[in-house]
Amino acid sequence: MRRFLSAFGWRHEGAANAALLGLPALWFAGLYLAAIGALFVTSFWTVDSLSGNLIPGFSFTNFQQLLADPVYTRIGLRTIGIATAVTLTDITLAWPVAYAMIRLAGPRLRAALMAMVMVPLWSSYLARVYAWRLILAHDGLLNWGLKAIGLPGLHIGYSNWAMWIVFSYLWLPFMILPVAAAVERIPPSLLEASADLGAHGLATFRRVMLPMALPGMVAGAIFTFSLTLGDYVTPMLVGGEGSDFIGNVVYSNVGVTNNIPFAAAYAALPLGVMAVFLLIARRLGAFDAL
Amino acid sequence: MQDVVRKTIGRLALGLSVSLPFAQGAAAMEPLQAIGKGEGVLNVVAWEGYAQDDWVKPFEAATGCQVHAKYAGSSDEMVALMRSGGGDQYDVVSASGDATLRLIYGHNVQPINIALIPAWKNFIPQLQSPDFNTVGGVHYGVSYEWGPNTLLYSTKVFASAPTSWSVIYDPKYKGKITVPDNPIQIADAALYLSKTDPSLGITDPYELNQTQMDAVVKLLKAQSGLIKKYWALASDEIQLFTSGDAVVGAAWPYQTNTLQAAKVAVADTIPQEGATGWADTWMISAKAPHPNCAYEWINWVTTPKVQAEQAIYFGETPANTLACKEMDAQQPGSCAQYHANAPASYFDSIKFWKTPLPDCGNGKHDCLDYSAWQREWQNIKG
Repeated sequence: MRRFLSAFGWRHEGAANAALLGLPALWFAGLYLAAIGALFVTSFWTVDSLSGNLIPGFSFTNFQQLLADPVYTRIGLRTIGIATAVTLTDITLAWPVAYAMIRLAGPRLRAALMAMVMVPLWSSYLARVYAWRLILAHDGLLNWGLKAIGLPGLHIGYSNWAMWIVFSYLWLPFMILPVAAAVERIPPSLLEASADLGAHGLATFRRVMLPMALPGMVAGAIFTFSLTLGDYVTPMLVGGEGSDFIGNVVYSNVGVTNNIPFAAAYAALPLGVMAVFLLIARRLGAFDAL
Repeated sequence: MQDVVRKTIGRLALGLSVSLPFAQGAAAMEPLQAIGKGEGVLNVVAWEGYAQDDWVKPFEAATGCQVHAKYAGSSDEMVALMRSGGGDQYDVVSASGDATLRLIYGHNVQPINIALIPAWKNFIPQLQSPDFNTVGGVHYGVSYEWGPNTLLYSTKVFASAPTSWSVIYDPKYKGKITVPDNPIQIADAALYLSKTDPSLGITDPYELNQTQMDAVVKLLKAQSGLIKKYWALASDEIQLFTSGDAVVGAAWPYQTNTLQAAKVAVADTIPQEGATGWADTWMISAKAPHPNCAYEWINWVTTPKVQAEQAIYFGETPANTLACKEMDAQQPGSCAQYHANAPASYFDSIKFWKTPLPDCGNGKHDCLDYSAWQREWQNIKG
């Protein structure tokens, strides 16, 4: 039987591929695409305000409301803006770590650095966010430390600054790993050639390493950008006034207001943003670097 | 084969014709006639502090109903939870007056046979058949406890109790104010404006026309720049006051009790403009999977002993008049402290939460409904 199957698979390549991809494809189509389809359909429905029952149909009410009220534009821009800031911060922080890990460290130190990057991912996301809440609070570790060295305290607990710091911390490993992989792929001979031709370290970095590692950076950006874009827990825990994300509006419309169609309409926005982002990322070769 | 199909269709049609009338009108379902044997489980949606071990453990031991409590931070969340998954996930909910009518008209809760609740006859008269849980003479819930929303402040910052709600709109406390993340909070600002700006003509903080709402929103938008954080759960506000991130804010007596027990220097007060408040009702889901345990629960929590324990724990007032003696037995002076023996005028002075409706109650129908309140609130928070 086993022999027959392998012979069959060898002769009919298509059947073998179908057998291998069948289950994941079914999963993808049945759960993922169907869910997105349901989201789009629901976004045109409405809700009866007193009984809370869904009214199926086709109306643009939700989208009109989203466009008419400037608060939703503001929340959308805030979400995209912070996601962008987090991505740029993580690229800046990831470079020295990745470079040191690949070019400077010996094999043992490299393994140790790699482990240090990965270890936070093993602990609960919530525990880490709550830890930051304590660090940044009025009487938290940060202000205690500042006071100890004679500096005035910072009031960044429960603010957009806090969100920026916490997000940058949370997603940093997802940037370091692809950047490190990209740096590893640059042949050392190119760097030597650059030096031989008289380029400074900085010029080599800017004109040889940076362009060659670009796909890795974009690959990391897919993670940092999309993870920030879709989050709502961090804004809820460390955000202050005026810190709502798209996800918070979706959450409160589903879990609190019970206006699922409106939530579906707003959730279509990050979907569109990510589609554009991924198209650009593919242009820049990010998918070859994953 | 055809016969089977026809029979099935016939049954479906019959099922529909029987169930359709039930889907309309408020009074449709027959209430329970007698409390039977408990089902062993009870799923509860409650405010934080409403399902404490002090009275849940003895209840479980006495009835064999294991309590699974889910805490909600706002009335909106309670309504959403009771409607989630087709409405058969939870048995009972401690709904406040701004959620009860939504649950009744949404057919999410069932009529109550008040004859099966012996403590009911000892309730204060205002809470026996209040219009927020009794519609057309049919009871859809049993009143529980009530109280005012208070002004919580740090005694390190305020030497004496603030006399006006103006402190939570005062730029002097910029970045140190916290208020609930809840659209009904609009009513607090409306109550304040009804006293400080009589020209707006606000008579009921839950009945606002567009002009009045615009004035309230203007005040709240100015406030939002002064807010440290809009709190979603009572525990959030407790942490804000513990760490010193907030020094003044709108709260429930529960936060004051918890903070004072933890030796945080805070106190609360009801300023001269008065206060909004809540009157809670235990309601049973229309599709409650454990109705007998649900009735057992309501009977348990309306006994004078549990009414007193709840009142002292949360800092609120019990519906059952017999609880006063029990309160003083548990903690001397607590009956008077939590107003369990206060005259009817005290009850009438609190503007209890209710669902904003287009009907202004004065013949006009240009008031904003609750979905408008929700939109305005998102706008205020930004």
